[in-house]
Amino acid sequence: MLDKNGIAKRIAQEVEDGYYVNLGIGIPTLVANYVREDISVEFQSENGILGMGPFPIEGEEDADLINAGKQTITALPGASYFDSATSFAMIRGKHVDLTILGAMEVSQNGDIANWKIPGKMVKGMGGAMDLVASAENIIVAMMHTNRAGESKLLKRCSLPLTGVGCVKKIVTNLAVLEVTDDGFLLLERAPGVTVEEIKAATEGNLIIKGEVLEMNV
Amino acid sequence: MIRKTVTNVTDALAGVQDGMTFMLGGFGLCGIPENAISELVRLGVKDITCISNNAGVDDFGLGLLLHQHQIKKMVSSYVGENDEFERQMLSGELEVELTPQGTLAEKCRAAQAGFPAFFTPAGYGTEVAEGKEVREFNGKMYILEEAFKADFAFVKAWKGDAAGNLIFKGTARNFNPCMCGAATITVAEVEELVPEGELDPNQIHIPGIFVQRIFQGKDYEKRIEQRTVRQK
Repeated sequence: MLDKNGIAKRIAQEVEDGYYVNLGIGIPTLVANYVREDISVEFQSENGILGMGPFPIEGEEDADLINAGKQTITALPGASYFDSATSFAMIRGKHVDLTILGAMEVSQNGDIANWKIPGKMVKGMGGAMDLVASAENIIVAMMHTNRAGESKLLKRCSLPLTGVGCVKKIVTNLAVLEVTDDGFLLLERAPGVTVEEIKAATEGNLIIKGEVLEMNV
Repeated sequence: MIRKTVTNVTDALAGVQDGMTFMLGGFGLCGIPENAISELVRLGVKDITCISNNAGVDDFGLGLLLHQHQIKKMVSSYVGENDEFERQMLSGELEVELTPQGTLAEKCRAAQAGFPAFFTPAGYGTEVAEGKEVREFNGKMYILEEAFKADFAFVKAWKGDAAGNLIFKGTARNFNPCMCGAATITVAEVEELVPEGELDPNQIHIPGIFVQRIFQGKDYEKRIEQRTVRQK
């Protein structure tokens, strides 16, 4: 089974040379730590920076330089700043190659819910609805089950949707899955996790074709 | 040159009244118009509608206006950092219109650029699309979103000149440029106000035509919401 860093590590393998990547808050933010050093990648943060670098060294924090999670960051050589409308022109206009974000639920047809639990939590969608409606390459990073042990990979989402039919790939603590017309296609197992365990933790339709290999992380 | 300079925040906010709609720049606490917010608290204007990506934190930014119960309605994309906000929203004291962040920015830009509305894919098939016109273009579904209408836009820039030209710094730029010229009156507060001719015209982010009033801000706190650092 993977921990959060393990999920980030596996997703980092999906990042290719020359990609502009938008990372959501939470596990997705960790992906930046594991991208191969021999490729060039630029991270976009929707509050207005391309070429986002690591957290600053203590004492060098700049209140005018933060990421979408409101954390202090740095800018790498070649970075640029822009306004929010331009930022979402990059996203809506499909100029960003890969979007990685978290989710509360994903359905077998690729619907995603991650912004609201009616009556309990209403923080808002931030940029998530724009991202999922526009990006062609979306990877969801999340735990396979919620804190109550219930599956987050469902036939239909029960929570208010963020977007419809948009998720292509999901990396969880248990598995790598692809959203297909027939349901969740199991691509890889996390180290030490059996197909049976993944089956038990997946409420939506799970497709198993031949031998499912253990992921390499 | 048309001079836009006003001497202080009180003159800058002349004409502000109860029941008005305000746009406020900033992302989190980064690039917020701190002086304008303090003046709105001092003036005590009530029943206002605020268009702002976030709602501040409990004791800073728009949180200060929330505490005084001055805000009737918030239009935002993310409001997760403010307990008082959540309390007022759940109790029904505060009306909230959650809007996808890119749509929020574009509703400002549309107002600035004279477009009454635009189609966006963001929110299609979700609660956000309820009651909105849906149309298909090239096999993809879009919803119609209307430009904002606001009485004042309060923005914060790094440098500005007497002609109202603005330059922003880092990610403090965010929504500020989109809101310039998107309301009846745009008020810019700057960390450094310089005479005309001192800013390089090549480096101007927002031309002064989008700004009606500009003033030298003071006492910027520039609070950091999530201080994150790494080891040397």
